[in-house]
Amino acid sequence: MSATPQASEFSFPHRHLLSAEDLSRDEIVGLLDLAEASARQSRQVDKKTDTLRGRTQINLFFEPSTRTQSSFELAGKRLGADVMNMSVKASSVAKGETLIDTAMTLNAMRPDILVVRHHAAGAVELLAQKIDCSVVNAGDGSHQHPTQALLDALTIRRNKGRIEGLTIAICGDIRHSRVARSNIALLGTLGAHLRIVAPSTLLPPEADSLGAEVATNMRDGLRGADVIMMLRLQFERMSGAYVPSTREYFHFFGLDQEKLGWAKPDALIMHPGPMNRGVEIQSSVADAPRSVIREQVEMGVAVRMAVLSALARHLPNA
Amino acid sequence: MTRAEAHRHEEAERPLALINARLLDPASGRDEPGGLLIEQGRISALGPELRRNAPEGARVIDCAGHVLAPGLIDMQVATGEPGNEHRETLATASRAAAAGGVTTMVTMPNTEPVMDDVALIDFVLRRARDTAVVHVHPMAALTPGLEGEGIAEIGLLKAAGAIAFTNGAKSVANARVMRRLLEYAKDFDALVVHHTEDPDLAAGGVMNEGAVASRLGLAGIPRAAETITLERDIRLVALTGGRYHAAVLTCAESLAVIRAAKKAGLPVSCGTSINHATLNENDVRPYRTFFKLRPPLRSETDRAAVVAGIADGTIDVIVSAHDPQDVEVKRRPFEEAAFGAIGLETLLPAALRLYHAGDIDLLRLLAAMTINPARLLGLEAGRLAEGAPADLIVLDLDAPWVVDPALLKSRSKNTPFDEARMQGRVLRTFVSGREVYRHNGGDERGLVGGQEGEHDGGDDEVHAGGKGPT
Repeated sequence: MSATPQASEFSFPHRHLLSAEDLSRDEIVGLLDLAEASARQSRQVDKKTDTLRGRTQINLFFEPSTRTQSSFELAGKRLGADVMNMSVKASSVAKGETLIDTAMTLNAMRPDILVVRHHAAGAVELLAQKIDCSVVNAGDGSHQHPTQALLDALTIRRNKGRIEGLTIAICGDIRHSRVARSNIALLGTLGAHLRIVAPSTLLPPEADSLGAEVATNMRDGLRGADVIMMLRLQFERMSGAYVPSTREYFHFFGLDQEKLGWAKPDALIMHPGPMNRGVEIQSSVADAPRSVIREQVEMGVAVRMAVLSALARHLPNA
Repeated sequence: MTRAEAHRHEEAERPLALINARLLDPASGRDEPGGLLIEQGRISALGPELRRNAPEGARVIDCAGHVLAPGLIDMQVATGEPGNEHRETLATASRAAAAGGVTTMVTMPNTEPVMDDVALIDFVLRRARDTAVVHVHPMAALTPGLEGEGIAEIGLLKAAGAIAFTNGAKSVANARVMRRLLEYAKDFDALVVHHTEDPDLAAGGVMNEGAVASRLGLAGIPRAAETITLERDIRLVALTGGRYHAAVLTCAESLAVIRAAKKAGLPVSCGTSINHATLNENDVRPYRTFFKLRPPLRSETDRAAVVAGIADGTIDVIVSAHDPQDVEVKRRPFEEAAFGAIGLETLLPAALRLYHAGDIDLLRLLAAMTINPARLLGLEAGRLAEGAPADLIVLDLDAPWVVDPALLKSRSKNTPFDEARMQGRVLRTFVSGREVYRHNGGDERGLVGGQEGEHDGGDDEVHAGGKGPT
């Protein structure tokens, strides 16, 4: 290591990326710097490098996903890897042993990197224990989705120039959100002041232990916020089980122009997608100039390229 | 504006002095001779100095030494509006209320349709404004359709004017749903009022489980049905911190649960009904369906425990549990008859039995029907204080009378106090400074009127309908 490391030369001693909680401040900054370079690369006519040339990347998705899966696929391809997508219907897979059987089968195909999304918290970690290659968590239940937190951090840094000291309000279904958990960990490590905002029924029990300030109404939650991160509310959670109705949820927790006024005038508007327009976010707010929702998607590819290249350093014969 | 209306308007603008009264205010503990001045619908002054002297220009009513107390707040009133207007309307219930000294009715959501939508809350508030002579605050459904499954739109309903949330006479059986309801209600500082009765344990029961039911051959509802649900709820309150009020408790075991919860500092309160404080299961004999209530009348031991609970403050609120039922559903074999009894007009006289018997101090008794519900519901009524709404009653504590159902104002006559001897009755009732009831008062300056006035009996309802308060 040189005294002034290149973007690609920061210390990254991990074989897997399973949780945002595993990353140190320097590792995060290194990944973000590397992702900046990847973003530049992705804007060129020739977007391809040979960082992962000859490597096999399998995207194993037990849960349907459009943007995360295609983002990982594109990232792998731009780095020169052979990418294979496997979508496994959750209903066709029994739990426990079958998951491990799947892992052993895949292991026999000798992939170098396995990108996994699974509906059960901890499932990706279980796979990582049983498999020889590098594993990237692309979302496990309500637990973690570390590349989402990285892309959110990159988007914020590009727009605000920093993350430390910013007040970031994460609003919506915190209880079921791996995005929230990942962001609380990662943005917290970077020195942001975090708030989680939701009705009590959508907060995890003892929410104040997560490392973020808790608010149960948007006025308190958005006050002085530099960044507003809206979470998707799954429809089956709106129909009476956790909140009474779509209209009540939108009235009290949907981001509209009025509530936007409670945050700082230059507050960024973010959403991990896919959006429910009219449920958690008003259309005009989602499309406002301050909205960086589309930039988040672009940074998704860049961040995933950075993560794959960083993990590639630890692959055999690298 | 007609001349009569102009005159009425002018009269209403003049200060009204109620002099020569015994001021009784449970909120402050005041019990002294004095008088009270009403301006713009509110109490502008009160105290001993107004006992004899009214300010110049004021209209004067001499209370002849009778009690002047805050009007009652009845936390559990069912009307048939909307959906069963043949049983009771907001208008008829409000006139029964006025005659009983009840100046605020908190109405139940088990109407048809169920009060689970902002438009329905708005409907009740508008109908009350246009037809009722006392204040009406609707409670909304705690769960959509009262089905006990989801969360009602508590935030929007509260913003529309729902004063509290209840599942009516049905308990929320599912503990997970109840937990979420308490969690969600807490965010909106909404009060959850719960009927505590395990539906499976109570299934098929028609009266209190025990010797009387066994002899009568009727299926019983055990006390445990009440206590099990209450204990579960208290644990969920401890888990969530939601504000919780057990609507009607009827037995010693339940009161022990409440005492412990209050001692632990939980945001818990409870009520009982006047029926459970003054009647018992023996009154059901022989198959008298007007005594078929939910929860059921319990044993005399339980009744005594309830009275003791009011006396020591364990029980915060006494309600009438007014539940009008027409004869068609009451004149049936006991098992098949509907539950429920009317009570707005007999609430206070029946409660005074407990005072006359020496069981409960008068201020404590009145507190359970005035300031206590006011505090739970966040109402500014229920007290004698400068600036408070002039919702008042003049009360003769001792006047003897016999309840004649034909003379009751309620559209339904299912009273368990049929032919009962009472001691004490309301002489005048004021809502926002306007007299809405006077006993044996005759026609005062042409103020009698109203759209649906029924002038049966010797009482007058004044200003019935038209421009009542909300």
